[in-house]
Amino acid sequence: MKYLDEYRDPKLAAQLSRQIHKITTKPWVIMEVCGGQTHSIVKFGIDTLLPDKIELVHGPGCPVCVTPLEMIDRALAIAARQDVIFCSFGDMLRVPGTETDLLSIKAQGGDVRIVYSPLDAVKIAMDNPKKEVVFFAVGFETTAPANAMAVYQAKEQGLKNFSLLVSHVLVPPAMEAILSSKNNRVQGFLAAGHVCTVMGYREYPPIAAKYKVPIVVTGFEPLDILQGVAMCVQQLEDGRHEVENQYARSVKEQGNIPAQDLISKVFCITARKWRGIGEIPQSGFSLSPEYKDYDAEVKFNLGNIKTQESPECISGLILQGVKKPHECPAFGTKCTPEHPLGATMVSSEGACAAYYRYKRIP
Amino acid sequence: MCLAIPGKIESITGANGDVMNIKGKVNFGGTLKEVSLAYVPQAQVGDYVIVHVGFALSIVDQEEAMKTFEYLKEMGELEELKS
Amino acid sequence: MDSLNCPFPIQQYPHVLLAHGGGGKLMQQLIEKMFTVAFGPKPVSGLHDSTVLNLPANKIAFTTDSFVVHPLFFPGGDIGTLAVNGTVNDLAMSGARPLYLSLAFILEEGLSMETLWQIVRSIKKAADSAGVKIVTGDTKVVDRGKGDGIYINTSGIGIIEHDLSIAPASVQAGDAILINGDIGRHGIAVMATREGLDFETTIESDCAALNGVVDLLIKDGIDIHCMRDLTRGGLASALNEIAQDASKTIQIDEASVPVKEQVASACAIMGFDPLYVANEGRFIAFVPESEAAMALEILQSHPLGLGACLIGEVLGEHRPGVTLKSFIGANRVLDMISGQQLPRIC
Repeated sequence: MKYLDEYRDPKLAAQLSRQIHKITTKPWVIMEVCGGQTHSIVKFGIDTLLPDKIELVHGPGCPVCVTPLEMIDRALAIAARQDVIFCSFGDMLRVPGTETDLLSIKAQGGDVRIVYSPLDAVKIAMDNPKKEVVFFAVGFETTAPANAMAVYQAKEQGLKNFSLLVSHVLVPPAMEAILSSKNNRVQGFLAAGHVCTVMGYREYPPIAAKYKVPIVVTGFEPLDILQGVAMCVQQLEDGRHEVENQYARSVKEQGNIPAQDLISKVFCITARKWRGIGEIPQSGFSLSPEYKDYDAEVKFNLGNIKTQESPECISGLILQGVKKPHECPAFGTKCTPEHPLGATMVSSEGACAAYYRYKRIP
Repeated sequence: MCLAIPGKIESITGANGDVMNIKGKVNFGGTLKEVSLAYVPQAQVGDYVIVHVGFALSIVDQEEAMKTFEYLKEMGELEELKS
Repeated sequence: MDSLNCPFPIQQYPHVLLAHGGGGKLMQQLIEKMFTVAFGPKPVSGLHDSTVLNLPANKIAFTTDSFVVHPLFFPGGDIGTLAVNGTVNDLAMSGARPLYLSLAFILEEGLSMETLWQIVRSIKKAADSAGVKIVTGDTKVVDRGKGDGIYINTSGIGIIEHDLSIAPASVQAGDAILINGDIGRHGIAVMATREGLDFETTIESDCAALNGVVDLLIKDGIDIHCMRDLTRGGLASALNEIAQDASKTIQIDEASVPVKEQVASACAIMGFDPLYVANEGRFIAFVPESEAAMALEILQSHPLGLGACLIGEVLGEHRPGVTLKSFIGANRVLDMISGQQLPRIC
């Protein structure tokens, strides 16, 4: 595939690896924010090509992992209803709530459907006027344009049986929360390339300046990540803290304006709770007043949901890059993809699942 | 949240109507899928776009794409000179 | 044998009824006018409860498999083709010559008779192609809504005519691992036909009977240590099963595993890994390193082995598991999948 396969060239990867080895003179801690990047790093073994002095820590870039337990329980309560067709991306199906998960609800007769695009859920609503169709809108800014369009189209068509259960979270506030935490060890960031494709990177210079960290907007293929690391390390070695764009073939400084326009029409920024981290102000989207009729939380008034986190799960510390999965006592023993204690093990983007699948010594 | 992949636009429909309805048939290495081009209304047949959950989010800047490889090629030549 | 010449009176009974599984006249009619016509009478005359067979060897292979694929028809095959080839392949993987199959249907009330006839014809065609006979069977019908149209079970008998012990226990350090072609076609072909995940692809299922190509290896004296056909769970699962059973470490080179571009791109769109996608006409063979080149040549001389290649080797360690050398040359673990692959967007 063009613009994909070329970025997996082993010779060029080896070259970048040698370059990074050459320029690294001190130990550095670099965080990649996006779950897609975590997945790539572990799947291709990119971290094994880096010098020991470079430590890659994995950030909360997995929206499935940071969706609060209450929200998952809310989704499960809605999905269990007889009059509901519950649509979701595949990632969410095995995430355990306090008592059950979407896959079990499906097995017990709930109408739970995997869709590729939120527009597919709108079509299901059009084809099933007697049912309530709910789409579980979990994601970062990358998915916001698609979700915005789904709600916009639903309203244009006058659909009354479609709604969104929104759990959108934003990357820059999460980065700030990590940098401002007293446990913080992160010295440089690889920013999420597809989030920035949508939003641009104008929000990053103030963060780079305030916390004195270099931020490199990075893609997802091995050569992208290696080049992003190289650029970040070079800045750290030089004592610079600027914003650079490695993924310029997709990302422009201003991002995608038509997408941002529709997002700001359909969504507004609110505080959001991040599982394992806590509430971060101005860190998520919810539907704007104009589109409140399409808000599943309003439509299905579920009141307060009592949740129960596993006391052994340390997802929060993993998501902040403070601990690594194999440092968790339950990793690989009590907690595996077959019986996960928390979301970082179920979601394939979660650091724990990625480590389990690709790194665990057989 | 970031699985977006590049594909080549083979045909476009709805370019003369509401921009929200512009769609394209995109070829991802031999697999064809219909994709919304609402967010890249200026895209042409033959352009490569980055697609996430059925929406094109950007047009691949082919010049910038070349730069990565030129930079690496230069690095490779420098390495040869030094060795 | 096409629908115009269907010996069963489809116009009179366009849909399967509960009575067709009831043991009475309607079921007799279905068996006599559709199944027996398609598959021939049993080797011993009369429709007895069981079929008595004379087997020309003492060592026999015996296997069973059930087929619940949905949709029933997909590019490159249908549930009938799978039902024959799946069981034939299980027999072929022990190096057995497949001879006889049983065929059990669980039909859903309301299934179109035309659909059933089409599937029966597919079964006949696949059986003829594989050189096996359907010699016994069973038919049940369940209430509407209690079945997915049709479920099939086939059991198969084959004879072992060689002295090899083809099993994980025979795998040795240094063995070469060969595959007969590119992976992931069946899973993608089925996925493309399912509603809701619509993309256009010309990929067809690779569903095929492997006994012919396996026979070539055996007849040419290749010292096959182990074989496994790749079905659900894909190449990664088959490798892991063997690694566990043989208590060995297997190393695979990702760049050597053949994947058609269309399969790779469909997987990329869905967020699947081709290493875990289902196949129905692919197998891996463990042979001594010294025989790898010859085995490859033999495979490549057969239509079902044109894309055969070397994908890895068995290492000397005894830690059971599979490691993968990734595209960029770094090593990582290739694990068993847990549950089903879910399309991911992250």
